Amino acid sequence: MATHDANLSLERTVKAPAAATFSRHLKKWGLPVETLVLGLTLALWLVMSLTTPTFLTTNNLVNILRQVSIDSIIAFGVLFPILIRGIDLSVGSVVALSGVVCATLLTAGVPIPVAIALTLLLGVAIGSINAFSVYRLGIPAFIITLAGLQAFRGGAFLVSDGTSVFGLPKSLATFARAEWLGLPSLFWSMLAIGLVLHFILSRTRTGRYMVAMGSNHESARRAGINIKRIVFFAYIISSTAACIAGMLLMARMSIGSPTAGVAYELNAIAAAVVGGASLFGGRGSILGTFIGALLFATIANSANLLGIDSFWQMVATGVLIAAVVYVDNLHKRRQSGLK
Amino acid sequence: MSLLEVRSLNKRFGAVEVLCGVDLTLEAGEVLAVVGDNGAGKSTLIKHISGVHRRDSGEITLDGQPVNFDSPKQARRSGIETVYQDLALADELSVGANIFLGREPIRRWLGLLPVIDRRAIIQETQRLIASIESHIPDGASTVAGLSGGQRQAVAIARALYWDAKVVILDEPTAALAVMERENVIKLSRMLASKGVGVIYIGHNLVEILEVADRIAVMYRGRIVHLTRSADTTQEELIKYMTGYSERQGNAA
Repeated sequence: MATHDANLSLERTVKAPAAATFSRHLKKWGLPVETLVLGLTLALWLVMSLTTPTFLTTNNLVNILRQVSIDSIIAFGVLFPILIRGIDLSVGSVVALSGVVCATLLTAGVPIPVAIALTLLLGVAIGSINAFSVYRLGIPAFIITLAGLQAFRGGAFLVSDGTSVFGLPKSLATFARAEWLGLPSLFWSMLAIGLVLHFILSRTRTGRYMVAMGSNHESARRAGINIKRIVFFAYIISSTAACIAGMLLMARMSIGSPTAGVAYELNAIAAAVVGGASLFGGRGSILGTFIGALLFATIANSANLLGIDSFWQMVATGVLIAAVVYVDNLHKRRQSGLK
Repeated sequence: MSLLEVRSLNKRFGAVEVLCGVDLTLEAGEVLAVVGDNGAGKSTLIKHISGVHRRDSGEITLDGQPVNFDSPKQARRSGIETVYQDLALADELSVGANIFLGREPIRRWLGLLPVIDRRAIIQETQRLIASIESHIPDGASTVAGLSGGQRQAVAIARALYWDAKVVILDEPTAALAVMERENVIKLSRMLASKGVGVIYIGHNLVEILEVADRIAVMYRGRIVHLTRSADTTQEELIKYMTGYSERQGNAA
């Protein structure tokens, strides 16, 4: 027995540092999940380029970029509640609500900048309600934002009288179709929002406190962090990003539609999780989330090009989410095994 | 004048008297161990010192000044740091980010936007880790991959960096391997040698006798015995911890 124990401890001292170095190397080159997902995306691009004549065309790539831009903006927003171990299921409905509210304002003759500002304020208000419910009323984020998913969708139908809002200014459609330096304007919008949010996450106290709160709520509290401020910030970012995405979608389609953005919250959460975010908080990045969104947009586009049934596409997406999270868990278990 | 003085501290939770007239002094540069069975009142006592609980009656002075903390944050600001049993580190943050959590140095990015001064944190962390002679990988890696002892060292380093006057270590070795216990004992002695007053809560008497200058034994909400480590033995401590001495005294 004694020799057995001695062997065990010897094995530990020899193996642990090697494994630690290995995981450090992985960290240095980016988290394994993100790398894996990026590899998968690139592989898919390669296969599609070789097997179809239509994939690697400017038209199609620009199309993918347009799609991924709106999805990414929503996913960037949702990442923030996820980081603090919350969730926001209401963003899909907020996309619809903000679209019809902005469209209604515009058709009523409100100037474009004012309509945009008012719609953004709506996002701030919705985020504040969510944060207040979570922080002050103690309602679980899952429940309150599920309620919001229903209520804001209803609100979108009420505002638009159940139909789409037509007759938007031409300049919006022109903006949504514009290309600068060969890339769609929607992509540049996404890039700007992504850079700002990445900066907040990686460089400011607010960003760091969100990670701290998500990984150990109690330690964040004991460190004297203003938890209330962080919770409000996270949910306001989430619903405001959804409002921006809602307005961009409205501009792209030239209508405010109350049925827009159905199930977008699930796509957004999936993109964040596949991009390395943990639903248990404390982990996730803007770049990873973008890569996740890019993978899903690529899958959707490829399936269309190959004429694969969209039902199969949904099945594939579901399987992929499960697989990626499983691999991520494996990695984490290996890491905690070192303790 | 002692660094910290606790005088006739009383606390009731409902009908239960958890602290009855506790007196305690802590000098700068000493390790004072508080031992006792579960429920003896050790945790309640330190939670009064660290600002978690508020007392019913009694007095606490720090550097001769009476204090009455509303919150752990306030106690911390006055120089009383607590290293909790569950460590209170954020797993997904780096060693440096944990040490500076809530007190990050800030610089102006492009002379405008306030951002975390990461270089300052990394430099200070390297210096700090070197000064406590612990082998902790600094830099970018998160504390999730550290061992229990390394995490304990990070928590102690945090207390050290912020110039704590009093550091409370709440069962710091409870979850550690034997080798790592030695390291924590070394770190505790080092804190004391830098002039910090250390309150060390523990169960393991061998370890207590090794680390402490003085030992206070608690039994049912009172300090029943106070001794220099050099003047006592495990057997004597156990007698006081189990109340055996008290019963003998009453009988006599």
